[in-house]
Amino acid sequence: MRFAFKTTYDHDLGLFRDPVQRRWYAGLLAAVLLLPLGLPDYVSDISMVFIYGLCGLSLMVLAGYTGLVSLGHAAFLGIGAYAHVYFVQDLGLPWVVAVALAAALSAASGVLVGLPALRMTGVYLTIATLAFALIIQEAFSRWEHVTHGLKGRPVDKPVIFGVSFASDAAFYFLCLAILIAGLWLTANILRAPTGRAWVAIRDSEIAAQSMGVHLARYKTTAFAYSAALMGAAGALFAHKIGFLAPDIFSVLLSIQFLLMVVVGGLGSLHGALYGAVFVAMLPVLISEVRDHAPQWAGHLSGLLGKDAGAAVYLTVERFVKQPGLEPGIFGLILVLFILFEPLGIYGRWRKIQLLFSTFPLYKRATFRRQKTYMRSERLR
Amino acid sequence: MTFFAVEDLGVSFGGIRAVDGVSFEVEAGQVFTIIGPNGAGKTTIFNLISRIYDPTDGRLVFRDEDITRVAPHEIARRGIARTFQNIELFEHASVLQNLLLGRHAHARPRLLEEILFLPAVRARERAHREAAEKVIDFLELQAYRDSLVVNLPYGVRKVVEMGRALCTEPALLLLDEPSSGLSVEETEDMAFWIQDIRSLLGISVLMVEHDMSLVGAVSDRVLALNYGRVLACGTSREVQEHPDVVKAYLGG
Repeated sequence: MRFAFKTTYDHDLGLFRDPVQRRWYAGLLAAVLLLPLGLPDYVSDISMVFIYGLCGLSLMVLAGYTGLVSLGHAAFLGIGAYAHVYFVQDLGLPWVVAVALAAALSAASGVLVGLPALRMTGVYLTIATLAFALIIQEAFSRWEHVTHGLKGRPVDKPVIFGVSFASDAAFYFLCLAILIAGLWLTANILRAPTGRAWVAIRDSEIAAQSMGVHLARYKTTAFAYSAALMGAAGALFAHKIGFLAPDIFSVLLSIQFLLMVVVGGLGSLHGALYGAVFVAMLPVLISEVRDHAPQWAGHLSGLLGKDAGAAVYLTVERFVKQPGLEPGIFGLILVLFILFEPLGIYGRWRKIQLLFSTFPLYKRATFRRQKTYMRSERLR
Repeated sequence: MTFFAVEDLGVSFGGIRAVDGVSFEVEAGQVFTIIGPNGAGKTTIFNLISRIYDPTDGRLVFRDEDITRVAPHEIARRGIARTFQNIELFEHASVLQNLLLGRHAHARPRLLEEILFLPAVRARERAHREAAEKVIDFLELQAYRDSLVVNLPYGVRKVVEMGRALCTEPALLLLDEPSSGLSVEETEDMAFWIQDIRSLLGISVLMVEHDMSLVGAVSDRVLALNYGRVLACGTSREVQEHPDVVKAYLGG
C-alpha cells in the first residue's frame, strides 16, 4: 500500500496525486507517442479513439459531472464539423481559427439548448436534447448553401500553418495533441470552483442552491463547455471521415456517446477515455474476429476430424456474417455492464487496483453502497 | 438595527395554510429555537427563509434589508447558511470537497481563468482551503477529510453538513433538527458545538429541534408552533410550561 504524504495544500491542487502517478502518466504518454511505430496498421483506428475521447470528455462533463443527460450530442459534433469545414473550405480561414470558431459556435448553440433546459430535469431534459438533435439534423440536410445537403460534402486533409497533416501518422499526433489539451482544460475546470459547483448540482440541486450556486448559470456553463469540446471534436471528426452527410449525425451516434460514458464509468475523466477505447475499438475487434474466427474454429475442431472441422467452419462463418451482429454485441455489453458493473470500466479498474494495493485484505463490500431514500428532492 | 426578523409570514399550498401569520425576531448572538409537533410548519419556515418557497405574504428582514424576494443562491452570499433535516450533502464527493463547496458563496465565477488554472485561481483555492481547514479543526473532522460522504456514518454526515454551512462564514446559521438520528453522546457534542458556534465564532443560530434537553441546554429563546401559528414565545422553561404548548403536545 502506497501512502501519499501531503505537506502543503498544493498537493491537493496538483493534477497528479503524487510523483509516482505522474511517472505512470509520463510512461503512458511515451507509449502513446511511440505507438505509430509499433502498430502502424492501427494508427487510423487509434486516432478515432482520440476523437471519441474528446466526445467522451464532453459528455462526461455534462452527464457524469453535472448530472444532465443529453441525447443530442451528435448535433453539437455535427455543428462543429460543418462549421469547421465551411470556415476552412468556403471562407478560407486558417485551420486553427476555424476550429476555435467551430467550438465557439457549438458552445453558443449549447447555451441555446441549455437555457430552456434549466427548467427541466431528468428524463424531460434528455427528451428536449433529443428533439434538438433531430431539428439540427434536419437543418443539416436543408441548409444546402453551407452543408451541401443530402449530397454530402467532401472534406480536405488538414493543413495547419502550411504544414499538411495528410498522413495517418501526422493526423494521429494532431488528434493526440488536441485530446491532451482538452483533458488538461477539463481537469483544470474540475478542480476549480466551477467544477465543484457542477458536482454539487449533480448530487443535490437544493443544497447547491443554498450554498450560493447559481443553478441557471452553472448549468448553462456546463452545456456551453461540453458543446465547445464537442465542436472541436467535430472538426477532427470531419477530417477523419473525409465526407460529411447529415445522416452521420443521427441519434444513434448520440446514443453511442452516452454508451461510451456509461461503459467507461460515469463521473471520472478516465471513464471517458476507457469508454472511447471501447466504443472505437470494438468494431475493429469485431471485424478482426469476423475475418478470422471461422478459420480458428475450423482448425481447432479440425483436430477432431476433417468433417467436424468443415462443419464448424461453415456454422461459425454463417454466424459471424449475420447482419446486425455488431449492434447486438454492443447492446449485450451495455446490458452486462449495467447489471454487473454500474461503475463502468473505471470502476472495475479501481477495484483491481485496490485488490492489489490492499492484498490480502481486500473486501468486496468496500464498494457496496447503501441505498438512500431520504432525499428532499421531492421539495421541487 | 434589526438582525433578523420574520414579519407576519404566511404561505399557502393550495387550500392548506402551512404557515400563518408568524412573526419573530432573532437578535445577533442568540440561539433561537423553533419547536412544535410534526407538520407544524417548522421546516416550511426554513424553506421560506432560504427562499426555496415563495411566501404568500409577510416579510423577511436580515440586517435591515428586505430579503423576501432575493434569489435563493443570493441568500448564502448575504450571510445565511443552512443544514437540512435529511442531510443534503454531495454524496459522491469527499468531505473536503463538500466543505470547499461551502466556500462557493465567496467565489466569483471566472471561467477563463479557471480553464487555464492561472496562479490567481490557485491562490484563491489555497485561501478557500485554509478557511475549510479551520472548520475541519473546529469540528474535529480531520480523520474524514478525504473520505467520500457515501462511506460515512450518519452522525458524521450531520457534522459535515454543519461544517459545510460554517464554511460560508454565515452571520446566521439555520440548523434543521441537528440532533435527529444522533446518539446521546453525539447529541451532547452537538450541544457543545452549537454553544461554541455562538460564543466562539459569534454566529447566531436559528434551529428547529425536537430534543427538549438540547433545546433547554442551548436556546436563548424558544418559539412553539402548531398548525402554522405561533403558540408561545419566550425562554425554554416559559414555553414548555405554557398551557397551549402542553395541550398541543399532550392533547386535552
